[in-house]
Amino acid sequence: MVPVQYYLALAGALFAIGTVGVALRRNVIVMFMSIELMLNAANLAFVALARALHSMDGQVIVFFVMTVAAAEAAVGLAIILASFRNRMTLDAAQLSSLKW
Amino acid sequence: MIMGIGEIIFFIVGAVAIASAFGVILHPHPVYSALFLVVALFQIAVLFILLDAEMVAFLQVLVYAGAIMVLFLFVIMLLNLGRDPEAAPASWKLVTLGLGGVLGAELGWFFLRRAVPPAAIGAIDPAYGSVTALARTLFVDHALSFEITSILLLVAMVGAIVLGRRGVD
Repeated sequence: MVPVQYYLALAGALFAIGTVGVALRRNVIVMFMSIELMLNAANLAFVALARALHSMDGQVIVFFVMTVAAAEAAVGLAIILASFRNRMTLDAAQLSSLKW
Repeated sequence: MIMGIGEIIFFIVGAVAIASAFGVILHPHPVYSALFLVVALFQIAVLFILLDAEMVAFLQVLVYAGAIMVLFLFVIMLLNLGRDPEAAPASWKLVTLGLGGVLGAELGWFFLRRAVPPAAIGAIDPAYGSVTALARTLFVDHALSFEITSILLLVAMVGAIVLGRRGVD
């Protein structure tokens, strides 16, 4: 069987890739997808640790994370749609009217 | 070290997951990014099955690869997005990739060298990860959290409708 550390290291790698995606890309939808990637990396770590500790609680937390991710996707994409209607752009560098 | 079937599947699936995650963040076209993300989510579902979490794997495919990704693709096609207008400057790209590499190395080192839990994943009773076990934990131990989640979904639905309405001030 694969040791749990390998799963955790894979989750860490996926999380780091998601972090790079948020910093690297300027398209807000791709930034959003990178956030989903980071959430999935955290889910993988939860499930791996739940398996190693013989507990079901980790899987239940993954269930809640999925629910929150679905709510986040619905609200976030609605915000993206509304801002695209007003600004006609998805470039995060141009959505800077809150910047002082 | 003798590789069992579990190790072989883990390394193949892990490699595909990391490659498609790089595809998500590096491909200039958002539709391809979304499709790479679907591939990555499926690989994570396979890892969930390797970890005896069948129910969570099904939810992963249904909710993430099904519902959430359809929402993403719907918005991308509704907005008729093409390639990114301009990419980030090369120096910034280098800095973020370098910092991300440092973060990944740190996380990998921490988990491989310092992880607290037992190293080997041993045998476990066959009921682990079944729908029955998940439902018992969810509806008995975490019943209050489950009810709060339904309120969260209601609020998110109302918020999405209000934000998505045309002609809002």
